Amino acid sequence: MDIAAQSIEGGFADPVFNAQTVFRAVMDAMARPGTVQPLPALARPPAPFSATSGAIALALCDNDTPLWLDPALHASAAIGSWLGFHTGAPLANTSADAHFAFVATPAEMMALDGFSQGTQDYPDRSTTLVLQVGDLVSGTPLLLEGPGIETNATIAPAQMPRHFVEQWKQNNKRFPRGVDIVLATSEGVACLPRTTRIKTMGA
Amino acid sequence: MTAQPTDIATYNFAYLDEQTKRMIRRAILKGIAIPGYQVPFASREMPMPYGWGTGGVQVTASIIGPDDVLKVIDQGADDTTNAVSIRAFFKKVANVAVTTDTAAATIIQTRHRIPEHPLTAGQVLVYQVPIPEPLRFLEPRETETRKMHALEEYGLMHVKLYEDIAKHGRIATTYAYPVKVEGRYVMDPSPTPKFDNPKMHRSPALQLFGAGREKRIYAVPPFTDVVSLDFEDHPFEVQTFDQPCALCAAENVYLDEVILDDHGGHMFVCSDTDYCEKRRADGHRGHLAPETDLAPGNMEPAR
Amino acid sequence: MYVAVKGGEAAIANAHSLLADRRRGDRSVPALRLDQIVEQLALGVDRVMSEGSLYDRELAALAIVQARGDMIEAIFLVRAYRTTLPRFGYSSPIDTSAMLVERRVSATYKDLPGGQLLGPTFDYTHRLLDPELAAGADVAEPLQRTGEAEAMPRVSAILAREGLIEPDGDMPQDHIPGDITREPLEFPMARDIRLQALSRGDEGFLLALGYSTQRGYARNHPFVGEIRIGEVQLELDVPELPFAVPLGTVRVTECQMVNQFKGSAKAPPQFTRGYGLVFGQSERKAMAMALCDRALRASELGEDIVAAAQDEEFVISHSDNVQATGFVEHLKLPHYVDFQAELDLVRRMRAEYEARENPPKAEEKKDAAE
Repeated sequence: MDIAAQSIEGGFADPVFNAQTVFRAVMDAMARPGTVQPLPALARPPAPFSATSGAIALALCDNDTPLWLDPALHASAAIGSWLGFHTGAPLANTSADAHFAFVATPAEMMALDGFSQGTQDYPDRSTTLVLQVGDLVSGTPLLLEGPGIETNATIAPAQMPRHFVEQWKQNNKRFPRGVDIVLATSEGVACLPRTTRIKTMGA
Repeated sequence: MTAQPTDIATYNFAYLDEQTKRMIRRAILKGIAIPGYQVPFASREMPMPYGWGTGGVQVTASIIGPDDVLKVIDQGADDTTNAVSIRAFFKKVANVAVTTDTAAATIIQTRHRIPEHPLTAGQVLVYQVPIPEPLRFLEPRETETRKMHALEEYGLMHVKLYEDIAKHGRIATTYAYPVKVEGRYVMDPSPTPKFDNPKMHRSPALQLFGAGREKRIYAVPPFTDVVSLDFEDHPFEVQTFDQPCALCAAENVYLDEVILDDHGGHMFVCSDTDYCEKRRADGHRGHLAPETDLAPGNMEPAR
Repeated sequence: MYVAVKGGEAAIANAHSLLADRRRGDRSVPALRLDQIVEQLALGVDRVMSEGSLYDRELAALAIVQARGDMIEAIFLVRAYRTTLPRFGYSSPIDTSAMLVERRVSATYKDLPGGQLLGPTFDYTHRLLDPELAAGADVAEPLQRTGEAEAMPRVSAILAREGLIEPDGDMPQDHIPGDITREPLEFPMARDIRLQALSRGDEGFLLALGYSTQRGYARNHPFVGEIRIGEVQLELDVPELPFAVPLGTVRVTECQMVNQFKGSAKAPPQFTRGYGLVFGQSERKAMAMALCDRALRASELGEDIVAAAQDEEFVISHSDNVQATGFVEHLKLPHYVDFQAELDLVRRMRAEYEARENPPKAEEKKDAAE
């Protein structure tokens, strides 16, 4: 399939209800960190952009939200034109200008503090990171605490960024500034809002 | 004008356009990630007036889906006119199932009350908020209050509460009683009576707040600390009532005073109508309960 | 016996059918048609378009009749419709110096290129009720101008040649004009945003504030440099095309207020300007807007902020009549839960007060304290 065709195919079959389904899954995941909210494959973006990440982009991004793509995604012209066609979202000049950042290979990604952290006056003006991870069970287990979690919760996302736990501690310290993370797998989504505290298991 | 409707004006499905929903959804996600922080959003004109729940309606319209079951209350009651009007709006524009049963609802939009029946995980409580800024009546300028939140400078609020104590012997705030969320942001719980404040603390439900005219959205995720401001020598306390509900005999619930005649006769009844009806259906009787009762959930006049 | 009041739904439905009946009024009187409102209540239509921020005469007329002539209700109807419309793009700035002018007056020059043009004005009419109009008298067809009209440069451009008036405000090259309908307001605000808010602001509110500046609350020595009313071209830049696409014309009223200014630490002595621009024909609104705009430039020009009209957060936060009417009128919604809480507090405090003022005898003391 050529790029032009790829960029037009694979959007939501039912834009109104699909967007609502994806948003509710992300909202519930953000409100209850550590839970996995299942999502069917509602979008078919060009590889290596995953169906779940693509659906999140369709549900939340538009011409008001500059996007940042990691090198693996940026390398594909088809992904750029797919996002452009379906969302109208512009690409951000730098990672610090991005409202959303999509990352296909989190293990190689830049540091979290390279993205917009918001300001003390407007901590909401920060980047939301969408990380494509293989699964949420085979990585290093992370013990989670904080708002949205009754006592504690555990997820073990695979292929997380280097020194993630240390980086996340720094992210916590910046509160109310900081980034929020959406973890996208083929099964669904889980979230790490900036309020979630991580302890590695057995640490 | 002809009697046939023309195509002069048409409206989008679910009223809000998709771009507006996306904008509101993004604000909701930020609100959840920063509990108690007021996220500015480009509130739209709604087909009901500002001050009548446009913030709550925009939040509900942005989260609601075909599988949701919606309950709308005003003053705790499902049948107050504004609650009826908002429920009818969603029935019309989103074709969703509606209920008066607190436990059966997935989304509850409220003005001025939190239901008596404990909320559960998976439920979303959407508050209609008139003035989201808890510091607004102490400092009218947005430029100043924003700084105070940024610097976590809440001394003014404590001074105000303390002046109350000095003047009146108690904190004279009975509703919209300020809370601190997760030890960081001071937040306005909307004009709910302070009786309801403890229900917000570590609630299993997600609580979303929409202020349309003031263009702010904020949130309290489930299991989040919500602490009413107080002093060691003047701890926070809720209203108590000297008598149980006259209809269902419930205690430790919030009661409305109903005037019965012009000779000072009055009675106290549950403000939460669904709670009261359920209790009566279960056989609870207060001292002024009628012999035969309305069927619970019946929204139409008993004629 | 007490039975809780039920039947909100039926009550609302009944109220609305009574509203529909009252709106129509006596059935023996012919119903208004929208074209009658558009043609004969044109300034009312203009106000609804202007404060409703939607240029559509027919919809404004519908809103007026649906609102039974209540202008703020009509403006509200138009706004609530406008907000649902998809956004296709932003037009290029209109050029009012190229306006097809129907009225143009200047208070600063006796005569000027293009001349003074009174146009369709109430000015100099004697405000005497007209029995002939009541009787439906015919109105003669107007005379037509023969020949081309003279060019009408803007007065601000004439003054600018001497360098005695501040130039048109310039925004940075990459400045993207804001949009108050798409972004939440933030204070302090840029002038483009502020002018948008003023342009849809309530006519009465801005009139009163503008008036207050004339009476010494932030006096800014205004002269009407120029008021012009007429049709301007609306054009849209389409990236795929090398020229701007004309969309049609809109009628606007523009007011350039010229204000004496003695200079400050921030700016040299010169004439400064206040600007007003509204849809349709509304001189009162455009002039009031220009007075308020100038007053609100106080901090930009290094003037002391001493009056309400100069206070940006105060003026802009309260200028929107749809917001104001909603919040004022929401007080009629039930508040009995909060009132109950206050009632309880006042009763307790009153009991304490009574106990203090009329101390009970020793044996009664315990009861009263509870």
